[in-house]
Amino acid sequence: MTEPLLEIKDLHVSVEGTEILHGVNLTVNAGEVHAIMGTNGSGKSTLTKVIAGHPDYEVTKGDVLYNGKSILEDEPEDRACAGIFLAFQYPVEVPGVSNMYFLRSALNAQRKSRGEAELSGAEFLDLVKEKAKLVDIDQGLLNRSVNEGFSGGEKKRNEIFQLAVLAPTLAILDETDSGLDIDALKTVASGVNSMRDPERAFLLVTHYQRLLNYIEPDRVHVLLDGRIAKSGGKELALQLEDKGYAWIEEEAATA
Amino acid sequence: MAETNETVQALAEAEYKHGWSSNVESDQLPPGLNEDIVRAISAKKNEPEWLTEWRLRAYRHWLTMPEPDWQKPKYPKIDYQNIIYYSAPKKKVSLESLDEVDPELLETFEKLGISLDEQKRLTGVAVDAVFDSVSVKTTFREELSKQGVIFCSFSEAVTDHPELVKKYLGSVVPYTDNYFATLNSAVFSDGSFCYIPPGVRCPMELSTYFRINTAGTGQFERTLLIADEGAYVSYLEGCTAPSRDENQLHAAVVELVALKGAHIKYSTVQNWYPGDKNGKGGVYNFVTKRGTAHENAKVSWTQVETGSAITWKYPSCVLKGDNSVGEFYSVALTRDHQMADTGTKMVHIGKNTKSTIVSKGISAGQGDQTYRGLVKILPKAEGARNYSVCDSLLIGGKCGAHTVPYIESSNKSAVIEHEASTSKISDDQIFFLRQRGLSEEDAVSMIVNGFCKDVLSELPMEFAVEAQKLLGLKLEGAVG
Repeated sequence: MTEPLLEIKDLHVSVEGTEILHGVNLTVNAGEVHAIMGTNGSGKSTLTKVIAGHPDYEVTKGDVLYNGKSILEDEPEDRACAGIFLAFQYPVEVPGVSNMYFLRSALNAQRKSRGEAELSGAEFLDLVKEKAKLVDIDQGLLNRSVNEGFSGGEKKRNEIFQLAVLAPTLAILDETDSGLDIDALKTVASGVNSMRDPERAFLLVTHYQRLLNYIEPDRVHVLLDGRIAKSGGKELALQLEDKGYAWIEEEAATA
Repeated sequence: MAETNETVQALAEAEYKHGWSSNVESDQLPPGLNEDIVRAISAKKNEPEWLTEWRLRAYRHWLTMPEPDWQKPKYPKIDYQNIIYYSAPKKKVSLESLDEVDPELLETFEKLGISLDEQKRLTGVAVDAVFDSVSVKTTFREELSKQGVIFCSFSEAVTDHPELVKKYLGSVVPYTDNYFATLNSAVFSDGSFCYIPPGVRCPMELSTYFRINTAGTGQFERTLLIADEGAYVSYLEGCTAPSRDENQLHAAVVELVALKGAHIKYSTVQNWYPGDKNGKGGVYNFVTKRGTAHENAKVSWTQVETGSAITWKYPSCVLKGDNSVGEFYSVALTRDHQMADTGTKMVHIGKNTKSTIVSKGISAGQGDQTYRGLVKILPKAEGARNYSVCDSLLIGGKCGAHTVPYIESSNKSAVIEHEASTSKISDDQIFFLRQRGLSEEDAVSMIVNGFCKDVLSELPMEFAVEAQKLLGLKLEGAVG
């Protein structure tokens, strides 16, 4: 058996002294799509930030292995260069920095760390043209400052555009579907689907089953109070849509 | 977020790279200031009597003036009797070609990254280099003169074009203007002079590099730039100084005259020695810069202020003619113990005059800065418009930023807008950029660079690059 791409073992995480995750276990293999569902405050966003290495989140116990190696000591940029990408729930604005300039700098920083040649302006433009089609992003947005004055939907599309250009090995999407209208949702989903690859895994964090109508997951996990309370196939998402989360809470309580 | 702070600190404490000094023999007057010194400076420059008299009038007026103290940065009392007012590289004879320039001087300029030779061949930028107090070499003069453009040292202008100097010297900044401008009027030793004839678009960027070298010297240069009717010129100014423990005074005066329909674009990248990490040493940059815009003329100031222990200056526009335009774009970076009190004055006299002020202040370490700006609309300035935006970016928790806008309007038809903001670099921004693969240092640079973009994009390309290097930033906008 090949090594899992991502292996989370008994992960405990605190923010400013409050423990949010109380022992999460999760294994994601290359080529798989996993969905993490759960109510507000269940620790979904925390999980994504910890994997990406946000400095405010303190791991008090457990480990996160990526390609078999612990990444907990790695800087966020090192994790990014190793192929971990996080599409943010609330993308930040960087005034005065053009989307194109930012993305080319990021891509070249990653390529450089992997010992690959940096892309020239022309090569980068070609790549951008190709990827922009994939997520149907307006060329006009690309030349504007990063997320500045973008609508909620445009910001999310921009995250997926960055995902497409940076082509990571592990893509984590933190509620990328929230706040999207149905057309934008479809575009985002088709962007993700077109990037599905035996070498690449997706971790989708979402509130709603809706996204999973368009992106079919291999596994669905329910995060409850900082633990994974239930895991299943895609049918679990449908059950949640039907019955809500209460029954899982009850199940977990009686277990 | 200890690691964020470390990088920010590293960035903020990046060492001063121009801290060397050159062993060029200099010919200098003894320290001190009195009428004899003023006369001696004038004599050294073989000046006509009217100029000697003008200096003396300034000196006598200066004696009656109190040193101003309304600015925010305070400094220990300056002993004006302990300053050397004139210092020139000794070998100075009249120089006809670069070969005649003292090799050590040339080396100095090469260290500055402005090999005159290189400049001459490659960039098409004409350079006048002022070393301590004396202009060393003006490149490209012949080519410029074909178009009738005069670009030379101030001293040469006094000799070769006395009628222009006499007509315009002090016409924008009179010798009675303020304490430091008046002092400059008495003791200025050299500087640059430029005249663009009517209708001529100056074919290249003109540039002056200033460097203070000799210990204990003050630098008092004077720049006079005249764009005749319908002319255009873009002028660049750069400054560095060696690292020295004592404070050095730089009190320059720049006068711009934009006649009817002329456009002057004046850009500065100022990187005087800022003092060490504990605030010891550094240049006091107390400069008076002002331009007069006649009918339909335009005066644009762009400045990137990264150096000096104290920067205290307000490049200003007197919008005298109808429909004239004034612009001020500024980036000021203060770190360690640097202080800056800078801004502009826009004086609207003519009808339908317009002014724009874009000021970006970045404070890091224990840096402290003040934007101070005056927008003054006189009674006859019908239809005057001003737009000001002052943004401050704070890096770390020990720095300060202050915005002090003064608005005086005496005409009801005037429209004046002022926007101000203060922000900190957010941890979320840094994390976002790092998550995409950028190092923390690059992330900070990128954010700062973006913050300054509106100003940096006003700089001519060559200078934009230098400015970005100075800000520790990468080039923005290479794609797209």
